[in-house]
Amino acid sequence: MSGFVGGLIWGLAAGTLIAIAALFGVWWERKVAGRIQMRIGPQTTGPAGILQTIADTLKLILKEDITPDQADVRVFRLAPLVVFVPVAMSFSVIPFAAGFAPLDTSVGMLFFLAVPALSVIGILLGGWSSRNTYATIGAIRAAAQMISYELPRALAVLSLVVLAGSIRPLDVMAAWSPWWIIATAPGFIVYFIASIAEVNRGPFDIPEAESELVAGYFADYSGIRWSIFMMAEYGGMVAASLFGAAVFLGGWNWLPGIGGILVFVALTLALVTAMVWVKWTYPRLRADQLMSFAWKIMTPAAIVQLVVVAVIAPWL
Amino acid sequence: MGQDYLTLAMFVLVGLLFSAAAVAASNLLSPSAPSAAKSSTYECGSLPIGSPWVQFRVGYYVYALLFLVFDIETVFLYPWALAFNRMGVSILFAMAIFVFILLVGLVYAWKEGALEWR
Repeated sequence: MSGFVGGLIWGLAAGTLIAIAALFGVWWERKVAGRIQMRIGPQTTGPAGILQTIADTLKLILKEDITPDQADVRVFRLAPLVVFVPVAMSFSVIPFAAGFAPLDTSVGMLFFLAVPALSVIGILLGGWSSRNTYATIGAIRAAAQMISYELPRALAVLSLVVLAGSIRPLDVMAAWSPWWIIATAPGFIVYFIASIAEVNRGPFDIPEAESELVAGYFADYSGIRWSIFMMAEYGGMVAASLFGAAVFLGGWNWLPGIGGILVFVALTLALVTAMVWVKWTYPRLRADQLMSFAWKIMTPAAIVQLVVVAVIAPWL
Repeated sequence: MGQDYLTLAMFVLVGLLFSAAAVAASNLLSPSAPSAAKSSTYECGSLPIGSPWVQFRVGYYVYALLFLVFDIETVFLYPWALAFNRMGVSILFAMAIFVFILLVGLVYAWKEGALEWR
């Protein structure tokens, strides 16, 4: 029974975390983007515009829920959920504090890489069931991109598994030492770039490019169903930042007790900010550049990183 | 072990309920005034011509094949990484041969132009 209650509490906590992450993330992104473009960003709704996202959410809930005539209704309505649920699941294996992850499983590292990748099924369903040329092209591009960047991401995380000798995130955190940051720096960069591509954010947002595919796979979505897609994007961004801040950058290992949690939060926030920074300062990549970047630079780099780590591991 | 599945099931449930509740709230609160123009397929205002399910370039299929090969490689590498500390230098060479064969595959695909977008 306690397992049920515990699971319920952590599930609800994760749901709340994603909601807060999305609310805060959108506001933070608009603020940072504003500064990058020498604007102020949202400022009238609440202090420093912090209530702007809540106002936007209310607006999206009040918008009409349109399903196109041509669409495959059931699949069309279900697709946002299929995208969102894997992202919610991915929060379960993140080591949030010393000795604690909501789901302390022995295959956590693999779980974190495999489960969010299921979102690609929801994206394909959404794009295909819209019966819209833009959406179909966007969905197929998104699928190609997400599976291509899946590889370097998994290979980059593999370096940590070699160093720690375990795929349980808490074991990796226990074995972690500051030298790993230097040893796995290229792997971390590969992980970071691949994570941006995984959640289809700029400069890797050709599947949902407004100016070319009128928003790609969710071209025909509006109102609340569209915002579930966006929540999945922000949730995925925060999950990738939390995981990267923990296993690559040490997370709460830097300080004992509550100080460690604060360092973990600060590292995560820094990674989220870096993702926003990258999105608003780099031009969008072309579809072919996107694919060749994944296969010709990222994957070989991750393999080289793995070989280097395997050779130097006995001395670390 | 059973508890792990329960925790995971709660995450799935919360994810489902969270999005379902948002949709339900929207359906309760939002207006519903469908019209032919509104529920037509969106193509920047013009009427869609032909089937929306366009044909795809064969390049996507090649990427899918490449992905399959390398994803399985990655899955095989995980048990190797787990055993790495316990098995010493011999396992390093074993994996070097495995990775080398796959890299030859990648170089071959590269040379054949499978990674080019033509």
